[in-house]
Amino acid sequence: MNEQRASLPGTIAAWVVAFLMVFPILWMAITAFKTESEAIAIPPLLLFRPVLSSFAAALAQSGYLHFALNSIIVSLGSTVLAILIAFPAAYAMAFQPGRHTQDLLVWMLSTKMLPPVGVLVPIYLIFRDTGLLDTVEGLVIVDTLMNLPIVVWMLFSFFRDIPRDILEAAHMDGVGPRKQMMHLLLPLASPGIASAALLAIILSWNEAFWSINLTAAHAGTLAAYIARYSAPEGLFWAKLSAASVLAVAPILLFGCLAQRRLVRGLTVGAVK
Amino acid sequence: MAKLELRKVGKFYGGFEAVKSVDLTVEDREFVVFVGPSGCGKTTLLRMIAGLEDISSGELFIDGARANAVPPDKRGLAMVFQSYALYPHMTVAGNMGFALKMAGAPKAEIAEKVQEAARVLQLEPLLNRRPRMLSGGQRQRVAIGRAIVRSPKGFLFDEPLSNLDAALRVQMRTELVKLHQALAATMIYVTHDQVEAMTMADRIVVLEGGRVAQVGTPLELYHRPANLFVAGFIGSPKMNFLSARAVAIGPRETTLELAPDRVLAFPSPAPALAIAPGAAVTLGVRPEHLRFVESGPLRGVVDVVEHLGVETLVYVKESSGGTVIVRTDDLSRVRQGETVSLALHPDRGSLFDTAGDALFHLSPT
Ligand SMILES: Nc1ncnc2c1ncn2[C@@H]1O[C@H](COP(=O)(O)OP(=O)(O)O)[C@@H](O)[C@H]1O
Ligand SMILES: [Mg+2]
Repeated sequence: MNEQRASLPGTIAAWVVAFLMVFPILWMAITAFKTESEAIAIPPLLLFRPVLSSFAAALAQSGYLHFALNSIIVSLGSTVLAILIAFPAAYAMAFQPGRHTQDLLVWMLSTKMLPPVGVLVPIYLIFRDTGLLDTVEGLVIVDTLMNLPIVVWMLFSFFRDIPRDILEAAHMDGVGPRKQMMHLLLPLASPGIASAALLAIILSWNEAFWSINLTAAHAGTLAAYIARYSAPEGLFWAKLSAASVLAVAPILLFGCLAQRRLVRGLTVGAVK
Repeated sequence: MAKLELRKVGKFYGGFEAVKSVDLTVEDREFVVFVGPSGCGKTTLLRMIAGLEDISSGELFIDGARANAVPPDKRGLAMVFQSYALYPHMTVAGNMGFALKMAGAPKAEIAEKVQEAARVLQLEPLLNRRPRMLSGGQRQRVAIGRAIVRSPKGFLFDEPLSNLDAALRVQMRTELVKLHQALAATMIYVTHDQVEAMTMADRIVVLEGGRVAQVGTPLELYHRPANLFVAGFIGSPKMNFLSARAVAIGPRETTLELAPDRVLAFPSPAPALAIAPGAAVTLGVRPEHLRFVESGPLRGVVDVVEHLGVETLVYVKESSGGTVIVRTDDLSRVRQGETVSLALHPDRGSLFDTAGDALFHLSPT
């Protein structure tokens, strides 16, 4: 490793860039603590007495808790489902690859390159005809499918780091695939599974496109909540900011808590 | 308990033939070693016997029953992997008892069998440790213990000692031989190290490019190698190969010409040699079957002298260009740069035809 000290100008430049990138979010957070008149004041106010009235207003008007609950159910539900499906799939791909396994993996990832709007109409029609529009179940299904390729890929790479010999030894010992998964893969790949789950939760929480297009008042998530909120209340900057803060705060908090695990999980293959 | 029969067993990976029509019978309680250079198909053959790899062609019989389609755990064989393949998240006891636990054996029975295996392998103080807290040799023992606990009919070892240091390897070699005697089970042992093969095996199977080059006891292979490959592979330092021409093949005496003015005569073998006079042949002579003399059929200049204590290896640059290795305990006579003359042991050596197959052997057996 190169133990070079960062130069002072370099450090300053890095901080400036970081500040510019974080600024909009920071400004949103600051605005959330202003009153409406302070929020639109020009020149912008930097010194003011922070108040919670915008939060109160946002919470009172819009059923934040309802949307938040939907977000929790959808992100957790879709993540559990995705892991349950991806686990045996990745097992088969890692340890009993067929001739087309590699193609299949590439194809799965390629589906992530398709813009979601490209399949909006068919999915919308399917949802309409099956009664899944504006249901939490429908959103869970869509988010599961959306995250499945990434989860399979992550689990696949974690499984590939597990020596084949271990599973073959179990095979010789008469331990079948199901027990191998339960007693060997699950404990051995648990850091990887945790990372995949964390990522899936975050992606699902932040997912806006499907949530906005497939749900209304009943099954909307926080992403839909902000989108909907901004239209009629668009001019009320303080309230909108407060609502946005309320929407991103839980996942930000979650991300901070899970950060170390997530980074370790995402880099484990590269470091080895 | 476990007799294995392979009939024309072959393995294809796509179009690549990794194992070619292997015929072999492993008797009950025999210790058979598969040996050969890296990539010759040892692991593939062993894995086919284990059931971890499908048999592409031919048949495998275990105790007389066709076993091609029998799943690995139903073959009654246990395998010890080169990498040990221990379960890293389980203790030593957990590793050894895992198979039984998964099979639903009662706790008391598992504990008893694990204890018994631990006693045999002197693992008792380590039963509660994790594999990562063990030395290489200890891990190796655990891997063997895991196999023993299942009371298999036969053991399959894939280069089990290659990750150990030299001293430990020699020690484990002896222990495995003792274990074989104690367990009275059939064992197949894969190695690329001919010394391991020679020291441990009842019978050795030499593989070359997926084919069986020769099957035999260590001494058979050493003294009567079936071809140049086996002759060169078994024995260290290597057997010397001398190009020669069969000048006269009489009923009583055969004469070889090593170089224009140097001939070598020996009694003709019982069925006369199946070669025409004048044919090119290769004479194989072990280093210990050469000795320094005043005037002999080989001459050269001493290139390197290696004193190993018990013996001395002398590398002689022969006048025809090749290097001949001489194994001797005579320290006094040779110096580097000296011109020497060599004689061959009168009744040791092998003669090979141009295809590399043995024509006949001068040997004690
Ligand atoms: N899964 C596989 N796919 C393709 N070729 C293989 C596979 N396994 C082994 N081989 C090839 O088969 C040959 C024999 O391999 P192996 O049995 O591992 O040799 P050894 O154990 O004697 O070193 C080698 O040439 C190797 O490259
Ligand atoms: Mg091998």
